[in-house]
Amino acid sequence: MHVDPFTDRNVSEQSAYYYVDMGEYPQTGWGKFKQVVKRSLKGELFVGLWVVMREMIKFDIHTVQYPKEKLPIGPRYRAVHKLLRLWESGFERCIGCGLCEKICISDCIRMDTRIDEESRKEVTEYSINLGRCIFCGYCAEVCPELAIVHGDRYENASEQRAHFVIKDDMLTPLDFLTAGQQKEYPGFGAITPHEDERVTKTPLAY
Amino acid sequence: MNEITITIDGKAVQTQEGEFILNAARANGVFIPAICYLSRCSPTLACRICLVEADGKQVYACNAKAKEGMNVVTTTSTIEDEKRAIMEVYDVNHPLECGVCDQSGECELQNYTLELGVDSQSYSIPDTFKPVQDWGLIKYDPALCIMCERCITVCKDMIGDGALSTVARGGDAIDPALKESMPKDAYAMWNKLNKSLIAPNAGTTLDCTNCGECTSVCPVGALVSTDFQYTSNAWELHQVPATCTHCSAGCQISYDIKHTSVEDPEDKIYRVKNEWNYVSLCGSGRYGYDFQNSDVTKDAGQFNAAIAAFKKADTISFTSTITNEEAMILQRLKEKFGYRLINEEARIFKSFLNSYSAISGQSLYSGNLKEVHDSDFVVSIGSALKTDNPNARFAMNNAISMNKGAGLYFHPINDPVINDMSKNVTQFNHAAMMEEAALYLMLDLFGDKTAMPSQIVDYLATFHSTKTVTIEETIDEKVTETVVKKVLNEETGIEEEVSEEVTKTVKKKVSKEVEVDDNRLYDLLNAPAGFADTLTKYLAKKEKFALMVGPDLYSHPNADNCARLVALIEKYTAFNVTMIPNLSNTLGAALICDLDTTAGSYTIGYNTTGNFTLSALGDGDLDMPALNQQEGTLTSIDKRVNPTNAAVGFGGYILNDIANALGFNESLTINYTKQLPVNAGFESVEFDSLPNHYTNAGVEVRGYVLKTQSVSINGDESVIAFDEKNAMSNALVYLANPVLQFTPFTAKAHQLKESGGLYASTAFMSANGVIEGDRVRVKTAQGEIVVNVIADGKIEGEIPYLPTFDTQINSGALFDGYRFANVSIQKV
Repeated sequence: MHVDPFTDRNVSEQSAYYYVDMGEYPQTGWGKFKQVVKRSLKGELFVGLWVVMREMIKFDIHTVQYPKEKLPIGPRYRAVHKLLRLWESGFERCIGCGLCEKICISDCIRMDTRIDEESRKEVTEYSINLGRCIFCGYCAEVCPELAIVHGDRYENASEQRAHFVIKDDMLTPLDFLTAGQQKEYPGFGAITPHEDERVTKTPLAY
Repeated sequence: MNEITITIDGKAVQTQEGEFILNAARANGVFIPAICYLSRCSPTLACRICLVEADGKQVYACNAKAKEGMNVVTTTSTIEDEKRAIMEVYDVNHPLECGVCDQSGECELQNYTLELGVDSQSYSIPDTFKPVQDWGLIKYDPALCIMCERCITVCKDMIGDGALSTVARGGDAIDPALKESMPKDAYAMWNKLNKSLIAPNAGTTLDCTNCGECTSVCPVGALVSTDFQYTSNAWELHQVPATCTHCSAGCQISYDIKHTSVEDPEDKIYRVKNEWNYVSLCGSGRYGYDFQNSDVTKDAGQFNAAIAAFKKADTISFTSTITNEEAMILQRLKEKFGYRLINEEARIFKSFLNSYSAISGQSLYSGNLKEVHDSDFVVSIGSALKTDNPNARFAMNNAISMNKGAGLYFHPINDPVINDMSKNVTQFNHAAMMEEAALYLMLDLFGDKTAMPSQIVDYLATFHSTKTVTIEETIDEKVTETVVKKVLNEETGIEEEVSEEVTKTVKKKVSKEVEVDDNRLYDLLNAPAGFADTLTKYLAKKEKFALMVGPDLYSHPNADNCARLVALIEKYTAFNVTMIPNLSNTLGAALICDLDTTAGSYTIGYNTTGNFTLSALGDGDLDMPALNQQEGTLTSIDKRVNPTNAAVGFGGYILNDIANALGFNESLTINYTKQLPVNAGFESVEFDSLPNHYTNAGVEVRGYVLKTQSVSINGDESVIAFDEKNAMSNALVYLANPVLQFTPFTAKAHQLKESGGLYASTAFMSANGVIEGDRVRVKTAQGEIVVNVIADGKIEGEIPYLPTFDTQINSGALFDGYRFANVSIQKV
């Protein structure tokens, strides 16, 4: 769509803006009274009442019985974060690169890292201050390992918000992983389809 | 050196004749990529990425010298191709672990790869297995190494340890066919890279003075600090510009701080960084950063006790680990309440300076370390250089290795580190108390005898005599021999024997008696045999002379005479003189405070013992902030007043609070910065206006330089003769610190924690039948202590030393001022 017609905000033949046909507003008190009566007592009211009555009799109720029932949410919905594990080894995906911490625009992520016994970078603590998090999804998008993702847990009622974002709570439990329950994340930062075709391969000598 | 103008990319650039094009460009804000070049060191020519075209010819900017009117173009299409190929080659097999690499974006490989837009790879070679090596304070990951050899260069040209070199890498050779298809320089660079790796000369671990400068110059994450590894990303660290507080060098550093952990938001120092192109740190500066007095709260009871103690006291005793501002407060307290100020090492330094001024007419010595760096003949007298002031040692080494220089080192303890600098350094391991002889020797060798006072000339002449020595000379002699040869007679076809006379020259040794000048000062100073000839060789083509004198002279029983001799050397020789102050701010304390000799009855100790102790070490009656918790200025060996900032917080009372409680009224300690005594050379400037950085041209923009004041002189240039009978020939012990330690503050840092003992060379240990860990009783005329023996591989000879950094060892009490003492050492 071209933006040019919209930049001209003077309503005219050439611009994309036009006046909506609103009709005249009643000017007198009597006129206003007539409009109220006309709108209130129109037969349309009973159309709506009839639909409700009909559905009630048919017992075809569309109301979601929350919290017994929950609607599925879109894969790109950004709820409370999760930390994923590698499918093969069960190791944490997070390598402690700190990019999420860096990119976080509300500065609510902090992590502690150290060198572990196997000379790997280990993330000993990871925390998100949900009081500040604006669920923008940058952390999930920047993560080079698809380690931090947005989960589907949008119910944030607890005594403390911190309960959602202790590292152990965010990390996929091992039994959950072995049961194949960890969901791969299709949202922000996930690999797009046909990515392979776009990669220029580095030559290898062996 | 002439000022010349060259043109770089159409921009007229002023520079010195003979300056490298790269340095000229950098100083004038023209960007030329370069990976392997280090300012102040020799060009390595490993990376070849600094290719430029000078007057139509391709040259390496780091190695090509600027000439008048030169026209330099930094980029042409061939150069672009070369650079691109070079960066591609660097990226071959470089592990993609940027996410965890400690360089975390401060990576020159990453920067240049992006700068040159390398988005695909054309080259490949099978990788080899290169496990990570743990070298103690440092870790080396050969897989990340790009073989720029900056670590080797800095270690050799700057530090002087020469602890690293290249070793064979192994693995496949590069496909020779690439020679045709690849850009020429990229191929040559790859060929070199593919053959080598870095390794310590001592085998599997480092044998050096642990300065860690190699980690600081590493452009990638190959050499990293073991302690820092994987603890933080560079971008999270906030850099606090500061001045290193451990010795008088006053190096520019930055404390890199960040919150301690997720739970603890308090600032913590994670590492120390330096501007490695312009200043090199020693290990104490780099690793000894967390000496802060932490977890201190304001305890009004203790504070009131301190005020009561101040009201009661008549003496304040302090060390030179103090800012100028604090020294100023102490001086103000003295002026108001008449306290005696006791700081013995600053006092002897001040009296040395005064004696020096009496002849030189200058309040301060003329030299600084920059001048030592630029000189080509360096002499050090009376200092255990590598531990008294590591930067002075770096300066000496740098001068000798970069300026084709030579040096002399006068000290009773043989230092292998000095020997390793260059073969053009001679050590005089003279007897203790013979420092004056060394100073006289300087006057004798370099003094302008026509100008010098006749008394001194006559005195020096008494050391000279002629003696007849038999020398062996090799001469060429012509020898004629008759040789029988078999020659084929071409007519007859028969071999005939023919005699032939052949003349040839042979080398022959002959003994010859010659009359030579015998300088007895050489013998008194234990000069190596044939030193007179060595010196002639040393002095060829030498232009700039630098002399460094150290604390052995200030504590010398004849310090006054030593100082006068130093002034005479400065006056009558080409040497410029730099004095090495004992501690971080000895110079500042000496200039600011009127120091007294004897203490009164009730002493307040500031970082030292007293009836009431204020201590930044956390062991006193009232906690004080350590120097990384304070802002203020420190006066360095370069006579520079350098600002330092607080890196971590302090919750307790500071000296200014005490001063205010005693009737002063300054809201901040740094209000005293502009009150520093102008008549001692300080400037009246606000602390906040003091800069602390280096420019791209390497100009030090830090604080300000003290103004040397002229001192009236009476023309008396007499010096007294030294008595050679004073030479201390018995067993001796020295007062010095081991490498990496200066004060209790360095020993408090978690990476440098150690307890002191009697540091001894292998020669001492085998001569005395002790091994490392033995308990020995060290007894001098002043007292005795029992300590452990600690082996020190960085000294030779039979003089052990006792440290001052360990508060558990009261080593100072064993010495009567002078740093050497007669000793008896017994195993217990």
